[in-house]
Amino acid sequence: MTGTSPRFLLLSQPSILLFMAALAAFTLFVTIGSEAIGAGFISTSFVKTLGKTLCLCLVAIAMDLVWGYCGILSLGHFAFFGLGGYLIGMWLMYARTEDIVLASLAGQALPPTPREIHDAIGTQIFGVVGGSDIPLVWTFAGSLPVQLLFVLLVPGVLALVFGWLAFRSRVAGVYLSILTQAMTLALSLYLFQNDSGLRGNNGLSGLQNLPGLDGVPQALVSLWFLWASALALAAAYLFAAWMVSGKFGNIIRAIRDDEQRVRFLGYPVETYKLFVFTVTALMAAIAGALYYPQAGIINPAEIAPIASIYLAVWVAIGGRGRLYGAVIGAAAVSLLSSWFTGGQAPDIPLGVYTIKWVDWWQVVLGLGFVLVTLSAPNGLGGLVDHVIRRKASP
Amino acid sequence: MTALLEVSSISVTFDGFRAINNLSFSIGDVEMRAIIGPNGAGKTTFMDIITGKTRPDSGEVIWGTPPVNLLSMSESQIAQAGVGRKFQRPTVFEAQTVHDNLMMAMKSKRSPLASLVYHSNQKDEAGIDAIAAEVGLATALQRRAGELSHGQKQWLEIGMLLAQEPRLLLVDEPAAGMTPSEREHTTALLKRTAMSRAVIVVEHDMEFVRRLDCRVTVLHEGSVLAEGSLEHVTSNQEVIDVYLGR
Repeated sequence: MTGTSPRFLLLSQPSILLFMAALAAFTLFVTIGSEAIGAGFISTSFVKTLGKTLCLCLVAIAMDLVWGYCGILSLGHFAFFGLGGYLIGMWLMYARTEDIVLASLAGQALPPTPREIHDAIGTQIFGVVGGSDIPLVWTFAGSLPVQLLFVLLVPGVLALVFGWLAFRSRVAGVYLSILTQAMTLALSLYLFQNDSGLRGNNGLSGLQNLPGLDGVPQALVSLWFLWASALALAAAYLFAAWMVSGKFGNIIRAIRDDEQRVRFLGYPVETYKLFVFTVTALMAAIAGALYYPQAGIINPAEIAPIASIYLAVWVAIGGRGRLYGAVIGAAAVSLLSSWFTGGQAPDIPLGVYTIKWVDWWQVVLGLGFVLVTLSAPNGLGGLVDHVIRRKASP
Repeated sequence: MTALLEVSSISVTFDGFRAINNLSFSIGDVEMRAIIGPNGAGKTTFMDIITGKTRPDSGEVIWGTPPVNLLSMSESQIAQAGVGRKFQRPTVFEAQTVHDNLMMAMKSKRSPLASLVYHSNQKDEAGIDAIAAEVGLATALQRRAGELSHGQKQWLEIGMLLAQEPRLLLVDEPAAGMTPSEREHTTALLKRTAMSRAVIVVEHDMEFVRRLDCRVTVLHEGSVLAEGSLEHVTSNQEVIDVYLGR
């Protein structure tokens, strides 16, 4: 498929319409079932879980673009996801603390000076790491527009600089994976330090409370975020489908299969890789900025390399090089994972030994990964393709 | 005749092995040239240097008018400047259709943004059709390149080369693994191509070189041993000793 104009994209790829319809139906169903404005058979905490799952699907699409289509096995995209979360979390925490501080100082005889307010906010947020000064990185934390800009700018610039250095030196394949993992680990270790200015291992918390909206119940806030996540996922899916449907898609798949040959066709392969790497980092950052207000808390452990490896596992299980495959993989595995590790799965007593799913889920996931890789290299999405093709050809 | 490509006294060493040794070479705007030589003579390394894959330790590679130095350019820049290369083993993008392989090769702006907003148009589609007809793949446009026979893949790759509209084609063993009739087709194709641009064919097969009917450069141990018509070089005693005599 070449040169598909956006108008014809929907018609030429029925899977996009199908996906949009499924996503709309899902969102409507959750809304109807929600405690806020619906029948109430879906708990608020489960609405949050579903909203978070949509964000994970979004970052999985980014991973599928960079790995499944362009062949760059990045183990750093969850770092961009976490950075997005931190940057929106800074505003959420700062602005809400400011509200609380102002409210508590309001009763005093003398109106508080800006200095007093500033110090009180500092003590509130950084008391836990033994400080009261507001670090430099929080300079703009009081401004939502600036922090929203940072959600894109900081991960974007990091991806651009890191990618430029790595791709320019022709680092590829497993070496690039190791390099991205090192970047992720370094970032995580840095954030673990108390003097990183982001509260060390405590991370940022209370992110579920929107500043200035204390009167709005969590049930409704969770629904807002679910809608926002669904919208972002739909937009990202469309954008990704458009990206891979035209000549650009042909070229990045060609880079995945034989980048040297693409070079001899005259395409600047490194620029293409850098473009895909940075754009997908931005997608991951947006996903993170929507995820963490629903999770309520973010800490450096979220950025640890294992998270990015999970991301690769989701995409591999779902099916590389298929956008819906990434969504299926992320949704299925992360929901199953939260079911097994959330204590809902019944333990299996074997007499001498009891299988506790909290521990054994990892083993099941690992076996599942091996099984899918061996028996269905194209993942769950590949099985869907297989069924469709069977039906199409009698 | 002004030279399109002027290679002067290049040398390159890999781990102490001198792959190219003070080699000089030049080819005109519209010319067919065959390069022959035994295994290890430096044929592939020579092509790697021209296309920017390998950097020589010394020497110069000057291209076109006004002259530019190819050694300071990247592979993709050299390709954009007009050097096309066909590999010994056919390398096409097997997961994609013949049409899409040719579409990617078609001369166009190469930047990511240009590719993102690219729309197929009648001129390009007509060009793709014409090239597909030229290389005998007109009926295979919608087939996946991986499904093609060995000979068809070779032609597709030559087609991709033509689509790039290069001024110089480097063709590595185009006839390898082809049936006699496929060879004939390939010979005719290359001769037609050489009527409007420069073509360098690297080949082992003397019979194929004879059919190309062009000047021949013999490489041996990384430098030029002899140059001239096929009759001239095959009567050269040194050439007979190192190559033909075996």
